[in-house]
Amino acid sequence: MASTGIGAPVRRKEDFRFITGKGQYTDDINRPGQTYAAFVRSPHAHAAIKRIDASEALASPGVLAVLTGADLEADKIGGLICGWMIHNKDGSPMKAGAHPALAVGKVRYVGDHVAVVIAETQAQARDAAEKVAVDYEPLPAVVDMNEALTGKTVIHDVAPDNRVYDWHLGDKAATDAAFAKAKHVTRLDLVNNRLAPNPMEPRAAIGDYDAGNDAFTLYTTSQNPHVARLVLSAFIGIAPEHKLRVIAPDVGGGFGSKIFIYAEETVCVWAAKRVGRPVKWTSDRTEAFLADAHGRDHLTHAELALDERGKILGLRVHTKANLGAYLSTFSSSVPTYLYAPLLSGQYDIPAIYCEVEGVYTTTAPVDAYRGAGRPEATFVVERLVEVAARELGQDPAAFRKKNFIRKFPHQTPVIMAYDTGDYTASLEKALEMADVKGFAKRRRESARNGKLRGLGYSAYIEACGIAPSQAVGSLGAGVGLWESAEVRVNPVGTVEVLTGSHSHGQGHETTFAQLVSDRLGIPIDQVAIVHGDTDKVQFGMGTYGSRSGAVGMSAISKALDKVIAKGKKVAAYAMEASEGDIEFKDGRFGVSGTDKSLGFGEVALQAYIAHKFSGQELEPGLKEGAFYDPTNFTFPSGVHICEVEIDPDTGVTTIEKWTAVDDFGHVINPMIVEGQVHGGIAQGVGQALLEGVRYDASGQLVTASYMDYCMPRAKDLPSFQVGTTVTPCPSNPLGIKGCGEAGAIAAPPAVINAITDALGHEDIAMPATPQAVWQAVQRRLPAIAAE
Amino acid sequence: MTTISMTVNGKAVTGNVEPRTLLVQFLRENLRLTGTHVGCDTSQCGACVVHVDGAAVKSCTMLAVSCDGSNVTTIEGLANGAELHPMQAAFREHHGLQCGFCTPGMIMSAVDMVNRLGPDLDEKTIREELEGNICRCTGYHNIVKAVEAGAQAMGATGQRVAAE
Ligand code: FES
Ligand code: FES
Repeated sequence: MASTGIGAPVRRKEDFRFITGKGQYTDDINRPGQTYAAFVRSPHAHAAIKRIDASEALASPGVLAVLTGADLEADKIGGLICGWMIHNKDGSPMKAGAHPALAVGKVRYVGDHVAVVIAETQAQARDAAEKVAVDYEPLPAVVDMNEALTGKTVIHDVAPDNRVYDWHLGDKAATDAAFAKAKHVTRLDLVNNRLAPNPMEPRAAIGDYDAGNDAFTLYTTSQNPHVARLVLSAFIGIAPEHKLRVIAPDVGGGFGSKIFIYAEETVCVWAAKRVGRPVKWTSDRTEAFLADAHGRDHLTHAELALDERGKILGLRVHTKANLGAYLSTFSSSVPTYLYAPLLSGQYDIPAIYCEVEGVYTTTAPVDAYRGAGRPEATFVVERLVEVAARELGQDPAAFRKKNFIRKFPHQTPVIMAYDTGDYTASLEKALEMADVKGFAKRRRESARNGKLRGLGYSAYIEACGIAPSQAVGSLGAGVGLWESAEVRVNPVGTVEVLTGSHSHGQGHETTFAQLVSDRLGIPIDQVAIVHGDTDKVQFGMGTYGSRSGAVGMSAISKALDKVIAKGKKVAAYAMEASEGDIEFKDGRFGVSGTDKSLGFGEVALQAYIAHKFSGQELEPGLKEGAFYDPTNFTFPSGVHICEVEIDPDTGVTTIEKWTAVDDFGHVINPMIVEGQVHGGIAQGVGQALLEGVRYDASGQLVTASYMDYCMPRAKDLPSFQVGTTVTPCPSNPLGIKGCGEAGAIAAPPAVINAITDALGHEDIAMPATPQAVWQAVQRRLPAIAAE
Repeated sequence: MTTISMTVNGKAVTGNVEPRTLLVQFLRENLRLTGTHVGCDTSQCGACVVHVDGAAVKSCTMLAVSCDGSNVTTIEGLANGAELHPMQAAFREHHGLQCGFCTPGMIMSAVDMVNRLGPDLDEKTIREELEGNICRCTGYHNIVKAVEAGAQAMGATGQRVAAE
């Protein structure tokens, strides 16, 4: 079984349909009698809606309906929700303004949903959407967080200073004391640039209503269909859960942006009943830029207190987090509980204090994007540490090593209890793989060619396996974050696993099957993984936060334990042996001390024909389920080293070498894990060098297409050297930590540390575009002249 | 409405389209060949690449009417029955896809690259030639490996696109 079991680079089972064009993404699905929705979106960043006149649109060819926020209210459909309550320093709750799926009275960002047109064809819907006359009274836009906090323009009446919350974590007095005795303090002002997640598949939704059963079906691009159903039922009020089926078929990437419950799918499923026909909407890329939740967007001042030898004494951080115009589904948690608890990084820091202000602006909502809070934390820590080492004249690698946590478990001052790790091992392996010894020579060669070469480190930690339900509940989460699994064994011994996780590129159909193949000793092609349909899978929390290995597979593992236990009972009856003598090994149930045994498939058949035991003794069948609630977060960590060369004449930065050494605990499929690392690094490099969402002062989105928003392309990236170290995670049965976000977390500071090393000064912000780097080179030139 | 006829994946097809209908809409909506994807609205992402008369084109940027009489190959027409095209096989073997959304366009571009430049492609050439195809998942590392290997395999079998 070794070739398809745990640890084998099994080729993916799902690939055949994708490489032959047979995938089934939401937009590939068409329902009989389907109509099309087009949204009327606000052209203003902030405006009062005086009047909506739909008469011309309604008279246009093919138009069936034009619906507005008033129609939603008439049907008692509630607004979109934010599922994580954050409390202010004084204990009062955050200020969350209403978030109607179609605007009521006011629009708050360009792209905000004003009305929907339903028509026979997509072209007719779009044509008619342009004919909906909306009378706006423009109000001032507020794009800048500092300006927003003055409260001169109020976006939501509940938050007169546009401050959603003023939150903190850590011990202020202890941290101030650490700074009072510091011999050196490193200070940085950092911008964590706003990003557009950009999964290549744009969002889409089809709402379908079955009048005969008064039941709805929603096909949608979701990372967590059950959470979508829960929110659409319990909070938004479309229909009770047993009358609403949510199907997330093949999903073309998510990176966080498809976690959230948006206006468009809410409107499609509701409107399907209104018009009595299926309603389909597919986002175009411009709409995706306008209305998919963005990521990051922090302004941070951070300070690191050090003693005379360079030991870290304390960390003080103040962050302003742009949350956009409305609170998206998990937005409030990202710059708070997914951020500040990671500020200890890999370091033994005795005192940490972090303050975060969440700010409303007239821009698209900001929520989780690959890494969600953890890249922002890592950027703060790894920039500070690098600059501190440079200021003290110490080697950045040695400086890190000196401050690494060495003893586990380790309780940080900011909630997290790290269970295990070996940070020095990862660093040493990375130094070796990156040939850091040879760097000085390579730098001299670059200099001879008129180029600037730099080396940057990033030693990151992340918290995955999200999350112990009690723990997140005590921090304000509105849901538990366990996962479910059901293992159905068919009478012939083939297996279906129903999982609450969702795969949108992660390869679960392969890795989950590897686990089953390994544990049950059956060929991998006898295992099918079922996900993404609330009528098939009872419940689940979905896939984000690198949780599907550590939490989702742990649930499967638990269910497999139960299947094997039941199988032993069945085998005992079938072979007339005592249950205690049955051993399960390599796919066979054997009677210990004898040569009697039955294969897994034979025992499955016995379980279903039920000839060898009575119903009083044992229930027939072989099907078991499990809910797994993690006992701790998991803590993947690693060291990435980036080596760049800058052409000072053009400002172009070339990544010459990328080395990643990650500790993900046990790995199920190294090929897939490496792929996750590659993709994460690419997104992190994108953030550092190329990507940035820009609004102008009037709140217009200037980066609303791939011509203005620079996505990483093949020629922007090198091939990566990827290695691993392994400290198994002690808190889950498989020893898995999670790998999905590592690259995106590690990469930005590695790139910027390399660029600043090359430049010889710290004055550059992300994205370090050729123009920005060229300007930074100019800022360095007078210093060279003076040398 | 205009009536158009073309050969798609070796089969003669006819359809009525509005003049503004894009080739990709004709393929996806009229013919229900949904393997060709739409990832953008500015001709940048390459998710929609198909071959028209033997050359790669972005089907989001071509009108269906201008393909009247043409020979079109989409991702669905690349494999020879159950036997994968070498480039498809290479993408699977080298894990050149994750979510699979960019993949049909990537594979069609890669095959075109080999048809134009031959089977001996180095990393730098592949990366530059993939300028018009965006992937958000893979970081391109394994796509580059897959294209290199797929090109070699195409060279070894002397293969061009099956239907062309
Ligand atoms: S859809 Fe054709 S290039 Fe993006
Ligand atoms: S595999 Fe997802 S976009 Fe390329």
